[in-house]
Amino acid sequence: MAVILIIIAIFLVKSWSGLVIIGAYLFINIFLAKVHPKFVLKGIQPLIVILLFTLLIHFFTTQGEIIYRIWVLNITREGIQRGLFIAVRLFYLILSTSWLTLTTSPISLTDGIERLLSFLKIFKVPAHEIAMMMTIALRFIPTLMEETEKITKAQIARGADFESGNFIKRIQNFLPIIIPLFINAFQRADELSIAMEARCYRGGEDRTHYRQLLITNTDYIFFIITLIILIGSYLLII
Amino acid sequence: MIKFDNVTHFYNTNQENKIISLSKINLEIQKGDFVAIIGSNGSGKSTLAKHINGLLLPSNGNVFVENFNTKDIEAIWNIRKKVGIVFQNPDNQLVATTVEDDIAFGLENIGIKEKEMKKRVDWALDIVGLNELRNSEPHLLSGGEKQRVVIAGALAMHTSYLVLDEPTSMLDPRGRKEVLEIIKRLNREENITIVYITQFMSEATQFKKIFVLDKGEVILTGSPKIVFNQAELLISLGLEVPQITKLARKLAESGLDIPYNILNEDEMVEYLCSYI
Amino acid sequence: MFIHLKNVSYTYNLNMPFETEALKSINLKIDKGEFIGIIGHTGCGKTTLLQLLNGLLEPTEGQILIDSIDIHKNKQKLREIRKKIGLAFQYPENQFFEETISKEIAFGPKNIGISDIELEQRIKRSLKMVDLDYSLYKDRSPFSLSGGEMRRAAIASILAIDPEIIILDEPTASLDPQSCYKLLSVIVNLYQKYNRTIIMVSHNMEIISELTKRIIVMEKGRVIMDDTPRNIFKYSIQKLESIGLSLPQITYTMYKLKKIGKPVSSAILTVEEAKDEILRLVKKR
Repeated sequence: MAVILIIIAIFLVKSWSGLVIIGAYLFINIFLAKVHPKFVLKGIQPLIVILLFTLLIHFFTTQGEIIYRIWVLNITREGIQRGLFIAVRLFYLILSTSWLTLTTSPISLTDGIERLLSFLKIFKVPAHEIAMMMTIALRFIPTLMEETEKITKAQIARGADFESGNFIKRIQNFLPIIIPLFINAFQRADELSIAMEARCYRGGEDRTHYRQLLITNTDYIFFIITLIILIGSYLLII
Repeated sequence: MIKFDNVTHFYNTNQENKIISLSKINLEIQKGDFVAIIGSNGSGKSTLAKHINGLLLPSNGNVFVENFNTKDIEAIWNIRKKVGIVFQNPDNQLVATTVEDDIAFGLENIGIKEKEMKKRVDWALDIVGLNELRNSEPHLLSGGEKQRVVIAGALAMHTSYLVLDEPTSMLDPRGRKEVLEIIKRLNREENITIVYITQFMSEATQFKKIFVLDKGEVILTGSPKIVFNQAELLISLGLEVPQITKLARKLAESGLDIPYNILNEDEMVEYLCSYI
Repeated sequence: MFIHLKNVSYTYNLNMPFETEALKSINLKIDKGEFIGIIGHTGCGKTTLLQLLNGLLEPTEGQILIDSIDIHKNKQKLREIRKKIGLAFQYPENQFFEETISKEIAFGPKNIGISDIELEQRIKRSLKMVDLDYSLYKDRSPFSLSGGEMRRAAIASILAIDPEIIILDEPTASLDPQSCYKLLSVIVNLYQKYNRTIIMVSHNMEIISELTKRIIVMEKGRVIMDDTPRNIFKYSIQKLESIGLSLPQITYTMYKLKKIGKPVSSAILTVEEAKDEILRLVKKR
């Protein structure tokens, strides 16, 4: 929950000091969560290119006081300011989502989402069903990935080529993987639903939960602190 | 007790055509029984299995599980608590992201309270010997381990009848051994009734009673000794006979005084000792 | 065609966190016209070995020489090789994606550039080789077939590229006895009538000992036995037992008789042989 709030905060923050506060908050939390910085950095790796790109775009395209000139492109002061600001915001965004995924197991995540969504039950949101779908998806992703590998290898052994050809041809070439995969997935779904019915599954009514998500006092305090930071960073203007 | 009372089941393929999958089945399985059901492809074994817990309903006749009728909508959930079923594909029965959570799945469905759930899950894990793997993800388990998780899930529901529909077809020899050992133990120590469907004759010989199905009918019932004495009938139904039983036949036909229905190597060795 | 695996090792995820050594220093020679069975526990490296044989995987150490040419030093040769080695994975029917069996079988040949004229011939012949009637099956959907038929159709789709060597990974997995029997007759036919080299992985010792001419036993990534079935049952039953592989019932019977001192041979492969051996000893008495 706190993560959602922080993300909102990141979007709303307007000032540099606001940024500093959020940054401090994030770093402290990550430190407290005992997550090794290495993992966090790994999460950022793929997105470094986007970060750089964002930076540069803003450097070059913002109107304002020109500081530097490379070839035909102008770097403005405002550009640098804006670029950095937005880049840092992006950075925080990535950081906070990493923080969430690195500290929470998938089951807890789906359980948590189910809990949160259950408040929306009054609006007829099928919270349990959504959570169930997510759990099953998580459970089957590795299995389906293995299946994809097997199918791909089998088709290669029959001479299929997934590397050459133009764009359209390449998409066509993937049919021998996609179709068997879909059929496989549907067969699994069919068998799984029968097995679930045999185990008395009948939707979300009157279901109990093996894993208890307890909201403790610590959680409340944490929530309030985050809320304060959210409001604070929004209000700061410098 | 599980009772099939004149059960017939058919599918309608279109207006005129009916495929009869079960025909006038009458059988009883007592509490604590250890039975196998064999039959060639299309004999109706899987259909029969799905009738026991009401996944399929008879077109004619009735199926009773301890006096509850599977057609009774109110009773069906009770029946499914008492009757656990294990299917062929180990993967497509596991729903949750860890072993522990999967065993708890059935319990969550029937609304068992958290404290009781924990107790039952721990107990089930212990019986099938998967305590160390309680936090494992399903895709990292071997076939035998996966089936054990499914069995544990049924046990946690306090099932009294365990129906297994070709549970070892997709397993390697080690996995097959694991499953057979567990169900033998469950029958012996927990008095759980086992109804085991298989196409492996080497497995069928290990049960106390065998039902032989063909084209939806029960053709033969009896102990393995009785059933495998009728090798010609079995072969004509498209079933195989254990290698050792084939040998016994051939030796008997060549003049040795050996019964036709020898089922394992040790028996054979005993009989042969008087000759060589 | 002559295959030679020279000191071949294969490690999954080399130099990464979850590095696993699947094969260690394998030395194997496979000649044209052989019928080889490969047995071993799950995880012994059988499937990895199969994928190395048809070039799907490249050894992390060692060489794979086919007709004395290192197939991974020569991409052209590799492509040629793929046309000559057919590999059927476990549950090959999982690769079906076409609307008709004809189209499914045509997939392989089309990929290797067979002309349309020859295509029809290939389809006809492949179906014949697996004992499926061309006129009855060619336009049916692959998914409308029974389990055993699907299995044979899948193998037909691999036979369509006209391989010299056919590799089968547990071809009888999950098949009922009747379909199993039909499939095995097809395989034996491919060996005897169509003169293909067959390499078959199976867990079923009875099948392997009755049909194959050479058994390769693998354990933990190594080849620990490589001999004719008869020799293995003559000399190495104890070893098979010690690594937990199960023997055919009749072989086990002979072995037990031998253990208690009866002068029987344990190099018995079929029920008929067992009967003859026992009767021989009865007469002696």
